[in-house]
Amino acid sequence: MYWDEKHETMRQAELEALQLRRLRETLTRVQNVEFYRDLLEREGVRAEEIRTLEDVRRLPFTKKQDLRSGYPFGFFAVPMRDVVRIHTTSGTTGKPTVVGYTRGDLDNWSGLIARNMTMVGLTADDVFQNAVNMGMFTGGLGFHYGAEKIGMTVLPAGTGNTKRQVEMIDDFGVTAIHCTPSYAMHLAEVAEEMGSDLASLKCGIFGAEAWSDATRSELQDRLGVTAYDSYGLSELYGPGVAFECPEQDGLHIWHDSYLVEIIDPVTGEPLGPGERGELVVTPLVKEAMPLLRYRTGDITMLYEDDCPCGRTMRIARFSGRVDDMLIIRGINVFPSQIEHVLMAMPEVGDQFMVYVDRGERHLDEMTIEVEIKRRFFSGELADLARLQERIVRALREALELRTHVRLVEPGSLPRFEGKSKRVIDRRGTL
Amino acid sequence: MAADDYIIRQISVFSENRPGRLAAIAHALEEECVNIFAFSIAEASGFGVVRALVDHPDRAYERLTSEGFNVAFTDVIAVRMRDEPGGLFEIANLLGEAGVNIEYSYAYSGLDGGVLILRVDRPEDAIAAIRGAGKELIASSAFA
Repeated sequence: MYWDEKHETMRQAELEALQLRRLRETLTRVQNVEFYRDLLEREGVRAEEIRTLEDVRRLPFTKKQDLRSGYPFGFFAVPMRDVVRIHTTSGTTGKPTVVGYTRGDLDNWSGLIARNMTMVGLTADDVFQNAVNMGMFTGGLGFHYGAEKIGMTVLPAGTGNTKRQVEMIDDFGVTAIHCTPSYAMHLAEVAEEMGSDLASLKCGIFGAEAWSDATRSELQDRLGVTAYDSYGLSELYGPGVAFECPEQDGLHIWHDSYLVEIIDPVTGEPLGPGERGELVVTPLVKEAMPLLRYRTGDITMLYEDDCPCGRTMRIARFSGRVDDMLIIRGINVFPSQIEHVLMAMPEVGDQFMVYVDRGERHLDEMTIEVEIKRRFFSGELADLARLQERIVRALREALELRTHVRLVEPGSLPRFEGKSKRVIDRRGTL
Repeated sequence: MAADDYIIRQISVFSENRPGRLAAIAHALEEECVNIFAFSIAEASGFGVVRALVDHPDRAYERLTSEGFNVAFTDVIAVRMRDEPGGLFEIANLLGEAGVNIEYSYAYSGLDGGVLILRVDRPEDAIAAIRGAGKELIASSAFA
């Protein structure tokens, strides 16, 4: 099922022509923003020089700090009378980032969400419980308007009062829910305590936090839903930027609305399909707050092959933040890649620590400490040595890097609540 | 006696290779009044396995596990050997000729001679070969 078949399945040549036209419109719009006028002049880039999509690489990047410096309305490209909505990012560090929307933006944005929800089979016959914060956070109203656009019956449930949420699902025959994966886990627990099997629920949309395939299986089992990953960020409207289709293998990013690049976060050089790097997006239809080459800080890669569903190119599920990236002997390593390898080995516990040192001849050395699970200890040293060898091999395949693996006693590694500090970089400065 | 009676439960303790770990194991056993007949340490990179024959293996297992150690039981056999040149050769050769592989081994020498503790790939065959050659195996009841 398509919401906007024309744009969702557009052939490459036609898509590129549309992207180029929209890129040039965006370049015109950013002329209304002082920051961009100054930046483009300083960089010596003139809008007329952008003649092909590849020319986008001649444009400077926009960083999160740039947006902060424009607080509150410095990045608005339209007069305030044309801004009909304002959202802000959470602003965990310093001032929040303010994002504005024109009426056209709200229409584009809800259209993208309508594509996502239609893609996973939701229609006007569905009852949708939107269990996220409805305030300044983009996730709430974003999905609200998208679901209404499809004609779904929308419950703006918000967060909290979980028992009432379970009752609403059961009493109103809710078929689809949107929430964070951690809230979904809590909801499952409360429903189990209440003796409800959430019989009507069939579709779960989970976003705003990274979640693993193991979490997906658990949520699908416990809630009785098919679980879909939703990606977005406020600077690019909010949720709706990329979304999983029923294949549950990578996310479709809407290329007619977002020009996508994957770059090496250190050098800024473009990376090809299959290469993991930072997602950089130039939104192509944003009116109130156009951006050029926005560095999301999120790590993903473009898939090399097409999706059986017929939509345009996918990106991989997100595997970490640029801020977490380590550079070991010139190779980019994300702690999430290590976690992924370890999670796939049943003999190894959930906890791990990574130590980075500068060893002999100034070479970077990475040591990973893992706990072996009690029930896998046979008592034989040889079995442990084989396991250690197997972990080293799996890590080398995933990271393309030789690492040291230390097996440590169960329970000896630090346990973290909330944000974990699993990486200790002891290299100091050269 | 049946072959089973000669299978002895050795306790194997996973331990990181850092100061104080052996002392922690030994102290826990002392507090449980568990006596160690024999022990050895096998080490790999950064970790090791402490192997011990004790008089109360279950008590040792419980206590060490409750202290967070990863403990497993491993089946071994113990052979009395002559405490003089050629004693070890006699046993090792016997097993070699029977096609039994020794995975690891350690020994202690007491007042009544030497004892060789063996972890082998085929314990039943090892027991048959040793008994067939008239050598004395120590029954597991001697360690409990």
